[in-house]
This record gives sequence, C-alpha cells and structure tokens, in this order.
Amino acid sequence: MSAAAAGSSTGTGALTLSRRPSLRHRLADRGIDRMLILLVPGVAFLVALFVYPFIYGLQLSLTPASGGPLASYQEFFNDPYLRDTIGITMWLALPAALLNVLASVPIAYRMRGRFRGKRTLTTLLVVPITLGTVLTAEGLIKYLDRSGWVNKFLLDFHLINQPLLLVHNYWGVFFSLVITGFPFAFLLVLSYMSGIDPSLEKAASIMGASWLQRFRYIILPLLAPGLAITFCLAFVLAFSVFPSANLVGNPTGDTHVISIAAFHAAFEQFNYSLGSAIAMVMAAVMLGIIVLVLMWRSRLYKGASGGKG
Amino acid sequence: MAVATQSAPAPAARARRRWLPSSIGGFAVWVMVGFFFVNLIGVISTVVIDSFGTTWFASWLPDGYTIHWYGDAWADFDLFNVMLVTAQVAFAVVALSILIGVPAAYALARRDFPGKRLVSLLFLLPILIPPITYGIPLATLLYKLQLAGNIQGVILANLVPTVPFVVLVMIPFIEQIDSKIEAAARMCGAGTFTIFVRVLGPLLLPGILAAGILVLVRTVGMFELTFLTSGPGSTTLIVVLYDAVFGAGIRAPQEVDAMAAIYTSSMLVLLVIALRFVNPTQLVTRVAD
Repeated sequence: MSAAAAGSSTGTGALTLSRRPSLRHRLADRGIDRMLILLVPGVAFLVALFVYPFIYGLQLSLTPASGGPLASYQEFFNDPYLRDTIGITMWLALPAALLNVLASVPIAYRMRGRFRGKRTLTTLLVVPITLGTVLTAEGLIKYLDRSGWVNKFLLDFHLINQPLLLVHNYWGVFFSLVITGFPFAFLLVLSYMSGIDPSLEKAASIMGASWLQRFRYIILPLLAPGLAITFCLAFVLAFSVFPSANLVGNPTGDTHVISIAAFHAAFEQFNYSLGSAIAMVMAAVMLGIIVLVLMWRSRLYKGASGGKG
Repeated sequence: MAVATQSAPAPAARARRRWLPSSIGGFAVWVMVGFFFVNLIGVISTVVIDSFGTTWFASWLPDGYTIHWYGDAWADFDLFNVMLVTAQVAFAVVALSILIGVPAAYALARRDFPGKRLVSLLFLLPILIPPITYGIPLATLLYKLQLAGNIQGVILANLVPTVPFVVLVMIPFIEQIDSKIEAAARMCGAGTFTIFVRVLGPLLLPGILAAGILVLVRTVGMFELTFLTSGPGSTTLIVVLYDAVFGAGIRAPQEVDAMAAIYTSSMLVLLVIALRFVNPTQLVTRVAD
C-alpha cells in the first residue's frame, strides 16, 4: 500500500537530500496523499447536508421566538399533549422492537443452515421492507377493518362475537411496525447467526450437550452482541414511526407519536424552533436507549469465534 | 425437539431434508413464518383485489370486477407527471450518489489515514439514523435556503442516505480488486483519471450496477425525506399515495388502491431486477457485515 502511495506522489519529494524525508513523504507514509481528494466531495456533502442541519437544528431549538434559550424545550415538557408523545412512542416502539428481535431468534436458529428455498424465503421477506410503511398501512386499513378479512374469518369461525377494532388505534400501528420491522430484524439476526461457526455447535453436540444447552451456552453468548445491534436498529426504526401512525393509527390520540408532534410543530404551525427541539428530544431518546443497550453489550463476551459484530 | 439432533445423517441428505419440518420446534417455527406470510399476502392482495372491484363491503370478495379505477386514478392523480417526477428524482439520485460515493469508497478502501474512523462513522450515521429524525432539521434548513419545495430539494435530501449507502456497498467490491493492477497501470504511465476510467471502471461495473439498483429501489420507496422536502409538482408516487390516503374523503378508495397497486407492481419489477444482481440482505442494510 505504501508503495502505491509513494508512486502517486511524483518527483519533488524524492529528490530532497535532507536527512528527514519531505513532509509529503511523511504524510504519505501515514496514508495522507492526493488520493484523499476523492473523499472530499462525499465528506463535504455529508457535512453540509447531514452534520450542519443537526447543528442548525440544535441552534434553532435554542433560539425560540420568545423566551429564554430553553423556552422551546420547556414548552415541550410542560405541555402534557406534547410530553406524552415520548411515552406513547416508547410504548409502541419497545414492544414492537422486542417482538421483532425475539421472534427472529428461534426462526433464524432453525434456518441458520443451508436448505432448499432459503433464498426464496429471504427474497419474500425483503418485499414488505421494499414496499415500505405507507403501502403496508394502506393495505392494513382494509385488511384489518371491521368488515375486513381478519374480522370476517374470526367471526365466521365463531372465535369472536364482535368485530375487533384493529385499525385507527394502537394495534394498527403495532401491526404495521411488525410487518415492516420483523423481516428487517430477521434478516439481520440470520446474518449474525450464519456467522457463527457451525463446528462449535457440532463439538458441543459430540460432547453430549442437548439442544437447549447448545443454544444457551454456545449460540446465545455468541449471538448476543449481534442481537444488541439488531435491537438498536429495530428500536430506532420503530421509534421514528411516522406515516403508519397517521394512516392506521389515531394520530391525535393514542398514536400521537413524537415524529408527528415534531412534524406538526415545524411544518404545520411553522414553529421551527419547537419542531427542531422535538427532533432533538427524539434523537436524544434514541441515543439514550442505544447507549444503554451498548453498555449492556460491552459487558458481554467479545471474542474471535466468529460471531460477527 | 431433541429428535432433530439425534440422528445426524450425511450432510447432503440433511441439506435435502432440512426444508421439511422435522420436529415440534421446527413445526412451530414454520407456523410462525407461515402466519406472517399469510397476513402479508392478505394485506397486499386486499389492495390489489379492491383496485379491481366495483364495490366491496362486507363480503369475502368484491361484487364485480372492473379496471376503470386505474384509468380514473391515472387521470385524477395526474400519475403521468408523478411517474415522470419519480423517475427524474430516482435517476438523478442514482447518478449523483454514484458520482460522489464511488470515489469516496475508493479512498476509504485503499488508504489508512488518521481520522479514518471518524470519516467512516460519518458515512455510517445517515444509514443508521432514521430519515425522519434528521429529515426535520434538514428540511427546515433547505426551506430556509429556498432549496426545498421543488425537485432539487427532493434530490438533495434523498442523497443524504444514498451517498453513504453507495460507499458502504462499494467498499468490499473495491477491496477485492488487487491494488497491483493499479500499480501496474501507473507503471505503464496511466494517470489517476485514466486508471479510474479504463482500469477500475470496468472492474467495478458489477458493483456500481448493484449499488445503483439498490439506490433506485430505496429512492422510489423513500417516503419521509421526499414528503418533508417536496412541494407541488415535485412529489413522488409514494408521497402522492400517502396524501391520497391521509387526505381521503372525496375520492373512491378503489382509486387509491389502484394507485397503490401501480406502486406495488413498479416496486416489484424493480425488486426482481435488483435481485438478479444482489443478495436480498443487501437491500436491508450493510451494517451486519
């Protein structure tokens, strides 16, 4: 690699006769040469449109139209309608993310090996992710409706007497989070699970470990770091639920999630300061959960035995 | 459950048998997966069947079938222009994210420099953080700069997650190319530009194609960022669909479902094309690797 680096710095530096090599050579030895110019457009773009908006939003949230620098945050935390969005969103995102990740584990465990149709199955699972939450929500509205197929099926088989109310409330949003979130979590867990060396399990099996022991003492410890990451991503995805909370939820009531509050403040009331403040609170809550999960993860075994992550 | 593990047949035989449930545990897993797919198919086919139905209230299937909702939706939602905008946004995002992303991926794959971890983190965060979180400050900024509300704003916002995505997809592709090939080209007198166009370009073409298709699928399906930054005349299909559902009332629900069916089928076509070139898991994220 350093040979290629030296090759790209042409001439001048190599001819200097001083004892220390030229600055250009010393930089090239550390990997800094003209090739890094290729990085400039990408980094500049992300700094301008990803990092700077965050700083701008933070600054905006601290400069409300009236009151002290923290007035927007005070407004958010003093108004119960706004403050409760944190709890409402948590109450949706945590169970959905937990269900998605925990249901993925046994299924991925079963499917970790090679089997016929594995690619077809993963392909089918990608479909709901690709279609996205808007389409899922649109489908759920009729599918789970009072006269939809689910209620019709349950009524015809006399499993229920009254049609269940499954849309335009908490459950509609929950189902949409499971339909798009489960495949996402499953595919991640499956790739972590496939990264575990099968010979470890085989060895344990030869030593007489039962199915449960092998899962508990071999698979689970190796999988745990990957599960932590998967949970973080699944949680963050569910916590930022937006379109389905409007479409299959009850956006002014029990699915008044934090992203709706932020959107409403910023682009319907044009209170950019409050909108930015809510977005910052949203980011802070996600960060808090991720830090908690990763702190828990750092206490786990981290070894070189193949559990990727 | 122990039944599955007692007998350990030869690997080949096991591979052949694996897809059949072999125990209670396996059966339960297949029931869960089956339940998921039954509901998924239910959700999608409700949309498709409704879009072909005349009226459908409390029965299992619509009373009659028609295709006129498609014509109505096409006219009412001005779908020709919507599709045109969607295609323009998608192709602009694909082209720009490849132009910006591939060189950056090349530098990241080939060089080890101080601060590389920081730069890698910068390229990872926009993929990990959900779009609505950074989309609200981003859209606020773009509106302030008067860049939002038109097609440029939509393209700029959509580039934020796709540039890092191209970088992450391309890094492994570039790492597997032997750097001696470039060194040899340089020895023969090729400049950086020539190396890119005549040596690396052809070698990286499969990777660029895969990244481009993945970006295309993600951009057509991207709701949040487009929703936040689009204005009249710059909305993509998914946002028009959302608006039609959320602001419904006047239009027939079948018309909305017809549009949803158009969206679904175009996404599935893209997906089928994409899966010829990439692994399904790549559509989700590259973070797992």
